[in-house]
Amino acid sequence: MDLLEVRDLHVSFPTPDGLVQAVRGLDFSVRAGSTLSIVGESGSGKSVATQTITGLTRGAKVTGEARFDGDDLLKMDNDALRRVRGGQIGMIFQDPLSSLHPYYKVGWQIVELIREHDHELSKKQARARAVDLLKLVGIPYAERRVDDYPHQFSGGMRQRAMIAMAMAMNPRLLIADEPTTALDVTVQAQVLRVMRTLQAEFGTAIILITHDLGVVADLSDDVVVMYAGRAMEKANRRELFYAHHHPYTEGLLQSVPVPGVRTRLTPITGQPPSLVTPPPACPFNPRCPYVFDRCREETPPLRPVDLSPKHVSACWLPTDSASRVEARDALAARRATAAEARAAEARAADGAAATQADATVAEAGAS
Amino acid sequence: MTADVSEVPATRPVPSGEVLLRARDVVKHFPVGGRSLRGSARDVVHAVDGVSLDIRRGETVGLVGETGCGKSTLARCLTRLYDLTSGTVEFEGQDISTLSRRQMRPFRRNMQMIFQDPYGSLNPRRRVGSIIGEPFAVHGLADGADRKRQVQELMELVGLNPEHYNRFPAEFSGGQRQRIGVARALALRPKLIVCDEPVSALDVSIQAQIINLLSDLQSEFNLTYLFIAHDLSVVQQVSNRVVVMYLGAVAEVAPADPLYDTPRHPYTAALLSAAPIADPDQAEARERVVLIGDPPSPVSPPSGCRFHPRCPKAQPDCAVEIPQLLPRQGDGAEHVAACHHPLADGERLPTGGAVVATVVGPEAEPDRPVEPGAGSGEPSGPVTFEEQP
Repeated sequence: MDLLEVRDLHVSFPTPDGLVQAVRGLDFSVRAGSTLSIVGESGSGKSVATQTITGLTRGAKVTGEARFDGDDLLKMDNDALRRVRGGQIGMIFQDPLSSLHPYYKVGWQIVELIREHDHELSKKQARARAVDLLKLVGIPYAERRVDDYPHQFSGGMRQRAMIAMAMAMNPRLLIADEPTTALDVTVQAQVLRVMRTLQAEFGTAIILITHDLGVVADLSDDVVVMYAGRAMEKANRRELFYAHHHPYTEGLLQSVPVPGVRTRLTPITGQPPSLVTPPPACPFNPRCPYVFDRCREETPPLRPVDLSPKHVSACWLPTDSASRVEARDALAARRATAAEARAAEARAADGAAATQADATVAEAGAS
Repeated sequence: MTADVSEVPATRPVPSGEVLLRARDVVKHFPVGGRSLRGSARDVVHAVDGVSLDIRRGETVGLVGETGCGKSTLARCLTRLYDLTSGTVEFEGQDISTLSRRQMRPFRRNMQMIFQDPYGSLNPRRRVGSIIGEPFAVHGLADGADRKRQVQELMELVGLNPEHYNRFPAEFSGGQRQRIGVARALALRPKLIVCDEPVSALDVSIQAQIINLLSDLQSEFNLTYLFIAHDLSVVQQVSNRVVVMYLGAVAEVAPADPLYDTPRHPYTAALLSAAPIADPDQAEARERVVLIGDPPSPVSPPSGCRFHPRCPKAQPDCAVEIPQLLPRQGDGAEHVAACHHPLADGERLPTGGAVVATVVGPEAEPDRPVEPGAGSGEPSGPVTFEEQP
């Protein structure tokens, strides 16, 4: 059994504009000691999903189950959940300045958390533990800096202090919600290294929520790609980057500039969908370059790709790679034919040479 | 008729055109704190400390560096949104560094800015048509039906629906708002557009849309961009030349490809190696240099080379002598670095295993400048890097 198993999670928020369906039937699981990345654009529901399982989405309508070590977190009362949160499950958020209380010393905040979860420990012992934790995450002069206020820390140090706090009770699961988004690349590299080292040392499982595919490539074992509240594709890291199936995953990867390669980027056209009235059937169909009739009529379930049990994709394109390539080529050819027809019209207009037309067709086929 | 908009040259040649904007020894200091009891001088933040830079017509100059390195301040000095503490800025050969606001007016038409925050940079209570039309109003150009027509043309140009002329910014998504910002910057057909982190706040798929839009507009209107970003892969994607700043000074300037292939300044190399790569094989193959600590305070920047306290290659002379921006290791005049001990082709920085090493060696305080071993010829070595136990 996996450490965390989330099944058929639905989360919606009543708002004046209507019911916002932030998460619509999400399944995922985290193996003990592994890293699961959840990627997706703003509004894909990635943060809401994890906040819900830790009881941080008040006022939301929630259904489904989230079994942590066998117990359903969604059915726990507040007291039980509080013991799990901060104890068994540690959390780091994007903005470390607003997650630390500005009025209290960093060390005091860590001590408070430790004593909240472990009533046996004296203040002195808890403080010693706080110093150890700050050392562990690489805060220089931890004995002295433990008495600093959050504003005296730099951004990277604050995020490391947050990690220290999240790791205080030796959690089995660490939820990191965009932990490095607000940081410079140099500091980001430091923070990611701290997380990797801690995972190796303590065997903590990590859920990493991010929109940065570079961070995903760096740190994850498994990846869930979310769009409009649903999982579009689940795969291990290599499958995701080198053998992805879903056109949305492909779109995300093509949008990122690759260092050293300067071709024109291929953005995903259009805008992210409304969560009040999500597109029917496949939510990605209005922006998908390979869309065909079935995509607008039936919601694709997560189907195994290339017979791999762990790699699943919610897309109607064929799941074995040979016929998938064929189908994509056919759809691309259809677009090329349309482009050729347009080119032929233009050619008729100004009577260009045939060789030039061939080039145009080839170009249209390639794009 | 071959509409090959999807084709861009594999390498972007550096345009050899005339210099559009020339900055010499630009300095910008901000006073901090109150006066002391005796009324002596206040401390100053050395936000920009002697930056010289040429921007040629039609090129895109990328400007990168960590938070607080002064890149935005420099941009605001170049466009005279800030007054300079000292130094000169010439636009099309004319010194604009001491012009009054009124005298600056005609130049403002030619230099526009696009800002990072698509939410904060648009007035939420004004309609999109009036936001994009504002430059016309300020400069007393086109009005009435003519202005509306021009604004709608601009909206079309940047990929917005002209029928949304009367909507409010809140009715648009982040990417669309950034398009509004682009349309506003473009309204008066400026010669120079300063893009201050234009895509940092956007989702990756939308980022790519805006980057493509900016590059299309550049070829259509022969625009010149100063493109500020902390994302190095984005900067390489768009720039002809890249300027790397560290703590208020320029560390390295080079055409984009040489900068990424053969960085000379250790800071550039460290910055490049820290950037995440969206490719598991490449990410695993490369060695990452993890810089220790944070940039020192710009109130009292380190002596000599400002990077020496964090530099894995630092030698005693680095703390004493300020390195000049010169071609290093036989580079052409286009590739200059301010470093006494530049990296050779293919040389790698020592990779530190050091973040967790502070657990064993808490005495290493990376924020403190390294004092060179006094008198002894031996380099005291970069204390910031320690072997992992």
